[in-house]
Amino acid sequence: MNYLMRRLATFPLVLLGVSILVFVAIRMVPGDSITAMLGTEAGLLTPAQRDSLAAYFGIDQPWFVQYWRWIGGILHGNFGISVTYGRPVLDVILERFPLTLELALLSMIIALAVGMPAGIYAATHSEKPSDLGVRVVAMVGQSTPSFVLGLLIIYTLSAGFGVLPAMGEFAPLWQDPLRNLSQLILPAITLGFAFAASVTRIARSAMLDVLSDDYVRTARSKGASARSVIWRHALPNALIPVVTLSGIEFGYLLGGAVIVEQIYALPGLGRMVLDAILQRDYALVQGSVLFIAFNFMIVNLLVDLAYVGLDPRIRLGEQ
Amino acid sequence: MIGHLTRTLLSGITVAAMLGVAAVSTQAATLHMAWSQDATGLDPHKQTAFSSLRLLELIYEPLVRVDASLRIIPAIATSWEFSKDGKELTFKLDPKAKFQDGTAVTSADVKASFERILDEKTGAAARANFLSIASIDTPDPAAVVFHLSQPDVPILTAMSDVNAAIVPASEIKAGSVGTKAVGSGPFKLDKWDPNAKEVLSANKDWAGGATGVDGIEISVLPDEAAILAAMRTKQIDFALLNDPLVATLVPKEAGLQLNRVPVLAYNVLQLNPSRKPMTELKVRQAISCAIDRQEVLDTAALGEGKVTGPLTIPALATDPSQLFCYKRDLDKAKKLMAEAGLADGFSATVIGATGEPPTAAAEAQVIQSQLAEIGVKLDIKMMELNVYVDAWLKGDFDMAIALNGGRADPYTMYNRYWTKTGNLQKVANYIDDTLDSLMQKGRAETDPAKRKAIFAEFEKHLAEVSPWIWLYTSYSYTAQQKTVAGFVPTPTGTLFSLSKVTIQQ
Repeated sequence: MNYLMRRLATFPLVLLGVSILVFVAIRMVPGDSITAMLGTEAGLLTPAQRDSLAAYFGIDQPWFVQYWRWIGGILHGNFGISVTYGRPVLDVILERFPLTLELALLSMIIALAVGMPAGIYAATHSEKPSDLGVRVVAMVGQSTPSFVLGLLIIYTLSAGFGVLPAMGEFAPLWQDPLRNLSQLILPAITLGFAFAASVTRIARSAMLDVLSDDYVRTARSKGASARSVIWRHALPNALIPVVTLSGIEFGYLLGGAVIVEQIYALPGLGRMVLDAILQRDYALVQGSVLFIAFNFMIVNLLVDLAYVGLDPRIRLGEQ
Repeated sequence: MIGHLTRTLLSGITVAAMLGVAAVSTQAATLHMAWSQDATGLDPHKQTAFSSLRLLELIYEPLVRVDASLRIIPAIATSWEFSKDGKELTFKLDPKAKFQDGTAVTSADVKASFERILDEKTGAAARANFLSIASIDTPDPAAVVFHLSQPDVPILTAMSDVNAAIVPASEIKAGSVGTKAVGSGPFKLDKWDPNAKEVLSANKDWAGGATGVDGIEISVLPDEAAILAAMRTKQIDFALLNDPLVATLVPKEAGLQLNRVPVLAYNVLQLNPSRKPMTELKVRQAISCAIDRQEVLDTAALGEGKVTGPLTIPALATDPSQLFCYKRDLDKAKKLMAEAGLADGFSATVIGATGEPPTAAAEAQVIQSQLAEIGVKLDIKMMELNVYVDAWLKGDFDMAIALNGGRADPYTMYNRYWTKTGNLQKVANYIDDTLDSLMQKGRAETDPAKRKAIFAEFEKHLAEVSPWIWLYTSYSYTAQQKTVAGFVPTPTGTLFSLSKVTIQQ
């Protein structure tokens, strides 16, 4: 409990650091909301026109005033207004987040459902041709860029079979579950493919390590069945690196999968942040980066807590 | 690897099929459209992004329009007339013209709209084109008179732009232009989810008559290969394409048709004549002579476009072969470099924006290898678009690969660069008396034949002094199902003719 409280207490500090970093970083990039909107035509503005647009975009004040206003707003639950959407930043983020969360969960399910059995199988058949086969496939999976796989899937489906999930308008899960799944399954496979490959490799090597441990040998010599050795004795310990990897990957996916969202035209967080950066929608970039950082910290915390469940020897927060 | 990928793909197909993924058939009533870049805002006076203008042209109307041959045709105004001295421009408004909130379009709305554009606080994109307006009279609700401080013929063409759209005076007063779209055009905007989709429905009160479809749904599909895939499965009826690589694949698909038309925008290598050694005429001319424009077009853009001089307006453009050094002449280039005392060449940096145009990096590379032959060592620096725009506006470059927008009138198109008072003189960094006086003459001349002669001279001179090296105009591409009828592609890229397209079953 103590540990949990102490970890939670660090959250505001980390978020403060992130807020400063993102605030400074986005402003260090040349160009601003005005050039993003007008492009080269911004050169035709008179100084008065420019000032009036700067006031409209809220970039007429010195940076520390802007920062102070932004942070002050956040403390009151106000993340600012997105100039692109003309709506509160938090509303826009929360509208996009369910898709990103669902996509991340689906890809993780695919990755674990495929990667775990494959990894365990490879470890128990170590150095046999089937192990080699799994390792080669995993290597291919890890080295295939998601845009190649995504475009291949889209091309094969549309050119070869004349079918494709409806693109453009996204159906939320609670409105039309079937349509929603049909739109998300291919992106989830695209993301889950490389993810599954990493899980396979980690699961295999962790399992190999554990299988050579003394306690596993003892269990075997006591006559435990092969199945029981793997599932009851070895697997829980082999899971720790898999949980770590899945946690990190899942955390990344919660920040949005930009490339896959681009290819499949999914209105997720990743595309939203990318568009916001390109359009210099400062409030939206800042708000969403904070939101993503917060999610990442929560996932990390859950991963740490999961260790305790998996290995009773681990006591969090104790020296 | 291939076997594994095939298995993955097949399993994807199976899952997709199990989940009931199916081709969505085209509906007669609604045109399903896609583009890769969405509009960036709804204020017709402030937007300059290509997609914004294309969207707003369907919702708002200017006083006049240009047709496919860039002739002025009626929009809100049914007729117009310049006074003899060219200083008074009178419009008669269409009595049937109505805003989408049901109120009539009157001369008061026209006056309020132009006052908004001229107000510095608005930050209107096209303000510079209307500075000759001294005052606006509204003798009756259906007539508007613009009093000009000097003869200004191009102002009529400038008024055909959606940046000069007429918005309701009541919306200006309420400060809601840009948050609410109330125009008098063929379609109403029902929904806009930025970077995802737009839903438009037909405006039954439109003075231009009935539209061919009941509505248009625009989806933002950021990857153009995915747009093509969606067209194959008939989810999309009509799409805007930017990437020549994707566009050239369209004619290979049965059932799809590619429309292409050379645009007014031009791809150009901008030299910076304020930086040494580009300050020297002979160096600039040497660069012009060393560049093989057709090769740049063929290599960087797959030949999808045509070599152009400074003027891209079909009715006014000179045949490029008549212009200075449009046929590559390496000997002449080397001789000019030697005369400028630079027989060994020099080093310079060329900047370009990533993806804008998609061919920028390839153009820079071809030019790099061509200029290497006269000893010019080019260092290519590719930048994100906004970073590039920032450097470009400051004139902070030796050379820049640019895609600059065109206009239907040469004065409106170039007064920003090639007049002494041009707002973008610091980007162009070159002006001489000939260019300036020819621009002023062209502005005041009302006789079309004389105007053409003036601008031909302007173009010839500009190519000869070579502050920039004009390369080519590309095509604007739209792809459509063959069941879509009635779309007319134009050099301005406007999608206005979507108001009359029909979908055949």
